[in-house]
Amino acid sequence: MGYRVTLRVNGERWELDLDPAETLLEALRGRVGVKSPKVGCERGDCGSCTVLLNGQTVRSCLVLAVEADGAEITTLEGIGCEGLAPVQRTLLEHNSFQCGFCAPGIVLSAVELLAAHPHPTRHQVQEALAGNLCRCTGYEPIIRAILGAGEEP
Amino acid sequence: MTLTRSFTYVKPGSLDEALALLAEHGRAAAALAGGTDLVPWMRDDLVAPDVVVDIKGLPGLGGITLVDGALRLGALATFSDVLGSPVVSATFPVLAEMAGVVASVGIRNRATVAGNLCSAVPSNDAGPVLLAAEASLQVAGPDGERIIPLSDWFLAPRRTALAGGELVTGVTVPVPGRHGGCYLKLGRYRGEDLAQASVAVLALPGSRYHIAFGAVAPATVRATAIEECLGGRPLDEATLAAADDLVPEVISPIGDLRSSAEYRTHMCRVMLRRALRAAAQRLGGDGPPYGERLL
Repeated sequence: MGYRVTLRVNGERWELDLDPAETLLEALRGRVGVKSPKVGCERGDCGSCTVLLNGQTVRSCLVLAVEADGAEITTLEGIGCEGLAPVQRTLLEHNSFQCGFCAPGIVLSAVELLAAHPHPTRHQVQEALAGNLCRCTGYEPIIRAILGAGEEP
Repeated sequence: MTLTRSFTYVKPGSLDEALALLAEHGRAAAALAGGTDLVPWMRDDLVAPDVVVDIKGLPGLGGITLVDGALRLGALATFSDVLGSPVVSATFPVLAEMAGVVASVGIRNRATVAGNLCSAVPSNDAGPVLLAAEASLQVAGPDGERIIPLSDWFLAPRRTALAGGELVTGVTVPVPGRHGGCYLKLGRYRGEDLAQASVAVLALPGSRYHIAFGAVAPATVRATAIEECLGGRPLDEATLAAADDLVPEVISPIGDLRSSAEYRTHMCRVMLRRALRAAAQRLGGDGPPYGERLL
């Protein structure tokens, strides 16, 4: 059964006919065509499917796409579209990622953190990243980059 | 499609409409709030509702307010709402201490306190603090509203006193007057994890304590025997040793992939001592700040 849903993705209006069993992750990747939210654990543990829903990070694998009716969704594609965000620059400078699978989720978690706490403490950064698993880096270069973004004028 | 079973999705705009749907479909309906348990459970076929009733469109179910000396958490209040609530940090900060160790930010932004109680997994985080605080749930159903004390709520893992056709509309937490609180949760590592064991302590004037354990029994358990043993006595080594001896009588942990029963019992003793000390110090006004790592 089709459900007509209207939502904005990175500022663009989308009208979708959805099956209620579709997750937001599936709708974003399959119908809208944004591929930065990754299919990882699909149970909310790994954070690779993180998107901003009305400004808050959510696990898009745990949200039904129909729940997002009327919502404003931001994915990584909506963050760097007008030049790199400050935290993306510091992540680049610190060579923070290796394979990059976790990167979209981590950038969005950092964006949410820095919006609420422009100069976060190390503890706040660690808390913000606690739900974003990275199997390459050991987190240290990521944490340093986010702290560095908080120090920028 | 990762959710393979089809279902109908409805988002009612009023409580009456929601209750009519729940009454019509009974156990075949599932209420959806944050979805952080319901969606993965549907994926794993642990639950297979024919109708999913999204309650996020119901008016008046959000927010956290202080009414007549009690915190009232609407059914849609998330753990992030608890963490960011000035009224919680001013009156009952141990609730925020608990919310701060639930999963991750992205989960806390969606997961609701009421939903955590409704999921009723043994390792739920909301249970111990709320049981120690003698909280209750407001439930709406076909026969009107009723109040279910949290002490009567948990029946078994994933089973509660909620009847078919009923909906939790809020949680009421009587705020103790002068008190110190502490919630300790043991995970396998820093960062997000389910609890291997958890303890909540409320220290009240006159050396009285309310204590509850999580993840070490089929349901969250109140430690009445330990409360009676500690009541009125100074927290010295003799008292704490007596409390240690009572821990195995209160809890009934299993061994699973997260830890052995023996380790859980051992850590319950360690955590009880630390939580008692921190709560008592906080009662006296000189304890560690809420949210500080004590494990």
